[in-house]
Amino acid sequence: MGAIKPVSDADFQTEVLESDKPVLVDFWAEWCGPCKKVSPVLEELATESDAIRFRKLDTDANPETARKFQVMSVPTMILFKDGQPADQLIGAQPKAAIRKFLEK
Amino acid sequence: MSETRNVIIIGSGPAGYTAALYTARADLRPLVFEGSQFGGALMLTTEVENYPGFPDGIMGPDLMDHWRKQAERFGAELAAEDVTKVELDGEVKRVWVGDREYRAKTVILSMGSAYRSLNVPGEHELMGRGVSSCATCDGFFFRDQHIAVVGGGDSAMEEATFLTKFASKVTIIHRRDAFRASKIMADRALNNPKIEVEWNTVVDRILGEGGKVSGVAVSDTESGEQRELPVTGLFLAIGHDPRSELVKGQVELDESGYVLVDAPSTRTNLEGVFAAGDLVDHTYQQAVTAAGTGCSAALDAERYISSLAD
Repeated sequence: MGAIKPVSDADFQTEVLESDKPVLVDFWAEWCGPCKKVSPVLEELATESDAIRFRKLDTDANPETARKFQVMSVPTMILFKDGQPADQLIGAQPKAAIRKFLEK
Repeated sequence: MSETRNVIIIGSGPAGYTAALYTARADLRPLVFEGSQFGGALMLTTEVENYPGFPDGIMGPDLMDHWRKQAERFGAELAAEDVTKVELDGEVKRVWVGDREYRAKTVILSMGSAYRSLNVPGEHELMGRGVSSCATCDGFFFRDQHIAVVGGGDSAMEEATFLTKFASKVTIIHRRDAFRASKIMADRALNNPKIEVEWNTVVDRILGEGGKVSGVAVSDTESGEQRELPVTGLFLAIGHDPRSELVKGQVELDESGYVLVDAPSTRTNLEGVFAAGDLVDHTYQQAVTAAGTGCSAALDAERYISSLAD
């Protein structure tokens, strides 16, 4: 469901770190209620912006990447620029707050 | 400007969705502002074992999903948006989401409650970096680590018990010498070999290192003795505060911020404004009681609307 493509430990390097555009990665998990609130919001935002790619990573299935970027809470949204984490947003946030975060 | 609707419901959770279900079935076409934090407190729980009708228990988020679908089936309009301003006096109630204005004859308030914070140094900075208010979300990241839960009620017991699935050890930090949790929940926690309790203990400060929690500074409420617990995670379960900020100054609140209603009805001091769920109730705070008052609010609103037509 939805337009946001999942990424994994295996393709994180090529999909996110080597991306020519900034990438927002939604670190989520199946058991997490707040993740279920934020994912439709991200799906909407993904259709609004061409400048940023949206990806999602299931932290349960891909613990290596989650650990590498010190994800200790889901949902965590990390914005990657030029292969580096540039900024992050923790917890389910209103759409306006996420949009503002992306515009920065 | 938009049409004047029959009912606007602010807030979701058991109270909001039940009010939506009942007003939708009464053909009042309710508009529900679920908020970006939709689903209420149950979204942060795991298994709900005490909601009648589910003999094997049900996951909190699944229960919420059932309620949403049931309300939608009868025509409730759901919007995952946060109401930013209200004007609730007068015959037509006005509700804003940013600069969009909505109008209605009645408003049902069901914004619920929010996690209370400790208000200690380090808490805000380390939120999501070892400090968490959602054990079910974040417990997974603390596999084989020593973590702590602050609180002494049912939610603290539930979180501590749940967290033993991942953590090597869970310390419950509680400021009194006894839990106020129900006996079944307290016993379950106390009998768990991975759980230890620090009685009469308060958190003074959360310590961080490398942007993550590295421990908590605590003190004994009796001796005043201070020490550090070497935990890597701290889960907050010290209760809730009503989310009544939006209506403060318009709707009468008690000294703790709960909305006052003319019990057993759900009428507030303002005509056509009703309130239900944890926003009102500081006594029971159960999913089933919230759903019950949500139903009452819907019936009260329905009667009020018919009285307008007379």
